Amino acid sequence: MKIPPSTRRNFTAGLLGSTSFWMYGGHKVWADALQSESALAYTPQYFNHEEWQFINAACARIFPADAHGPDGALLGAPEFIDRQMDTPYGHGKLWYMSGPFRTGAPNLGYQLPLPPRDLYRQAIAAANTYVRDHHQGKIFAQLAAPDQIAVLKAFEQGKMMLGDVPAHAFFEQLRQNTLEGVFSDPLYGGNKGLAGWTLLGFPGARADFMDWVNQKGAPYPFGPVSMSGETA
Amino acid sequence: MCAKKVDAIVIGAGWAGSILAKELTEAGLSVVMLERGDERATAVEGDYPSSIDELRGAIRHRLFQNLSQSTVTIRTTLDQEALPYRRLAAFLPGEGVGGAGLHWSGVHFRAAPDDLALRTNVIARYGKNFIPEGMNLQDYGVTYEELEPFFDKAEKVFGTSGEPYTINGKIVGNGNRFAPDRSDAFPLPAMGEVYSASLFRSAASNVGYHPYALPAANASAQYTNPYGVQMGPCNFCGYCSGYDCYMYSKASPNVNILPALRQDPKFTLITKAHVLKVNLDADKKKATGVSYLDLRTKKQVELDADLVIISAFQFHNVHLMLLSGIGQPYDPKQNTGTVGRNFVYQTITTSRAWLPPKQYTNLFVGAGGAGVAIDDFNSMNFDHGPLGFVGGSPVWVNQAGVKPIAAAVGGPGGKAPTWGEGYKDAMVDTYRHSLTIDAHGSNMAYRDVYLDLDPTYSNAYGQPLLRMTFNWKDNDIRMNQYVVGKIEPIIKAMGATRYSLGMLKDGEVFDTRRYQTTHLGGGAIMGTDPKTSCINRYLQSWDVSNVFVIGASAFPQGMGYNPTGMVAALAYWAAYHIRTTYLKNPGPMVQA
Repeated sequence: MKIPPSTRRNFTAGLLGSTSFWMYGGHKVWADALQSESALAYTPQYFNHEEWQFINAACARIFPADAHGPDGALLGAPEFIDRQMDTPYGHGKLWYMSGPFRTGAPNLGYQLPLPPRDLYRQAIAAANTYVRDHHQGKIFAQLAAPDQIAVLKAFEQGKMMLGDVPAHAFFEQLRQNTLEGVFSDPLYGGNKGLAGWTLLGFPGARADFMDWVNQKGAPYPFGPVSMSGETA
Repeated sequence: MCAKKVDAIVIGAGWAGSILAKELTEAGLSVVMLERGDERATAVEGDYPSSIDELRGAIRHRLFQNLSQSTVTIRTTLDQEALPYRRLAAFLPGEGVGGAGLHWSGVHFRAAPDDLALRTNVIARYGKNFIPEGMNLQDYGVTYEELEPFFDKAEKVFGTSGEPYTINGKIVGNGNRFAPDRSDAFPLPAMGEVYSASLFRSAASNVGYHPYALPAANASAQYTNPYGVQMGPCNFCGYCSGYDCYMYSKASPNVNILPALRQDPKFTLITKAHVLKVNLDADKKKATGVSYLDLRTKKQVELDADLVIISAFQFHNVHLMLLSGIGQPYDPKQNTGTVGRNFVYQTITTSRAWLPPKQYTNLFVGAGGAGVAIDDFNSMNFDHGPLGFVGGSPVWVNQAGVKPIAAAVGGPGGKAPTWGEGYKDAMVDTYRHSLTIDAHGSNMAYRDVYLDLDPTYSNAYGQPLLRMTFNWKDNDIRMNQYVVGKIEPIIKAMGATRYSLGMLKDGEVFDTRRYQTTHLGGGAIMGTDPKTSCINRYLQSWDVSNVFVIGASAFPQGMGYNPTGMVAALAYWAAYHIRTTYLKNPGPMVQA
């Protein structure tokens, strides 16, 4: 886990730790605060440049910036996904991957021979080809946000294929992994500043509510803590 | 292992196997327990804080079966080609020492007496024609009164928390008035009630239902069980289902039985031992032992025994019987054979209610077995006559601790977006201010729902995968819809600002991609007739009398209640009769 310079980190952590900041803070302030320690610092180990751009743009659209806080890219979801690609999960070691591979009714579940890392590689290339064909030669990351959203919706709801991958299966992979990145322990590269947990009011690794079993409708009073002891 | 022959082999280190191994060593037998997964001890897997890492735990399935080695295939109709269940989703079998008993939630019921003789009761009350064509409605062949001492024993071993209604016929508490009579109190008082559960209690009561505290194998206080092992008080950390309890509060074989069993020199646990088959003698009437693959050395090992206990997860039990040639495989077309027959599941749907913004439900606070339930629409507790279906559902708020990844991926619910604009607003509202209510219902058995060996796909050891043929049926869909309809007034009485009712739709097809429950049952069912059951009322194979098959595989129907309490009681029941009858005179305990 990369530890950023302490002054910057303290500034960000302090800022993120205030509930009123999250509820009332202006868009620009927190975006700048997070920018200083996230996205740009990480060099992807699996994704190539074009894939990395795609993932960053998609994470920002799936989990967008709004009055609640920053987008999924700023929260480190792309770093999370990149790092997951070299885990047993990324290599498909948790899935039954023996053939024959046949297509069947959707309710029978995933039937592609592709582990996540291969699914991303194939589908992102095909997605950018699709975007180039429909948007004057631009790739997904170069589109304006509303166009990116329209493309993702087409993938989510359409019947098109991206290479061997049904576009909706790719979209769901992307959606799930983005949200995993935003809401998992920061140990895995996402949830920067515990911002995902702060959004929901999830107290992280506290995991001891002996004295808080029934608050009769009042909110739990403490902010989150990560497994490594980072607080917000 | 030096010995090539032991008194008894126990296959699988979950609840059923651990109970049988404990009982058989107490009877003086040498016991080898074979577990195909890893050794698991709470001091390691339950080490805080890594034990409560959601990504590694419930999301990447740390304690669950690794499908890369073996899975099942699934189809919904007889004429469909079954495809492999490649990614864990609809159900989550365990693997490793403790089995599913390590990662379960802890809801710990006794069976409803009427459910144990459901066929007899339905016919007595509504007549034979009430049973739909194609439904294999059957009795267990054992009564609640016979099982009561074993339900009691299991609760004392598990350190179960709950509130009784009657003990020895006297009303003693505010427990479930539909619950059967007890010979003793729960070993621990009921768990505390989280806010959502207390709201459900008062709302359900206001609309005329009869709420009670869920019986939970989560310790409400410090406890020492009859084996001398200790549990700590549950702190509502919310990491039960999918996790190894770091507080030693949730009952598991690892915490409640194995620490005592491991001290016994007559007991040997071998992990990474994948049983390939039970070996039979030439006329397939006696088991001689088992063949297993040592996953460390990749060598096949033969181990002989006088007694073989098949006590793996429900469908692994059936798989092993089919691979071993124990009994006759079920054929749905000819309606012959029994192994794989009456494969059942449960009908579980979740409804959600949103409270006003000033009310926080703190969904992350919880315990897997804790909550408040009603049984007004479970089992035979209501009149099915005008409704025309068999079965029922308990209904409850069981706030087991909602973690953020599962919540976020599942989405805000209702008609809210699952990503993009509006997602976060809705997610915040759902996570902070909503609660869920489950209809946790029965599932009947049908002639064309069963288990057999897949003709195409195989596991990492070259053996055919088990094939599931399963779909939802009209009877169970209508039951679910009826009971969910009864949730609506409770939600209204809670003062919800809006709600979304979750129910099975008419003609709904089983979807393997969405988690429903791991409460699979049947396929090697108990009964009184060898033509329609695999095992007799003592869970002894009709065909191979020194094989006992213990687990939810014995259930003729999927009951509305969670299965573990019944599995544990059946395990103690079978063990008692093995100890008192079988061992003195090995052979069939019931004449076929």
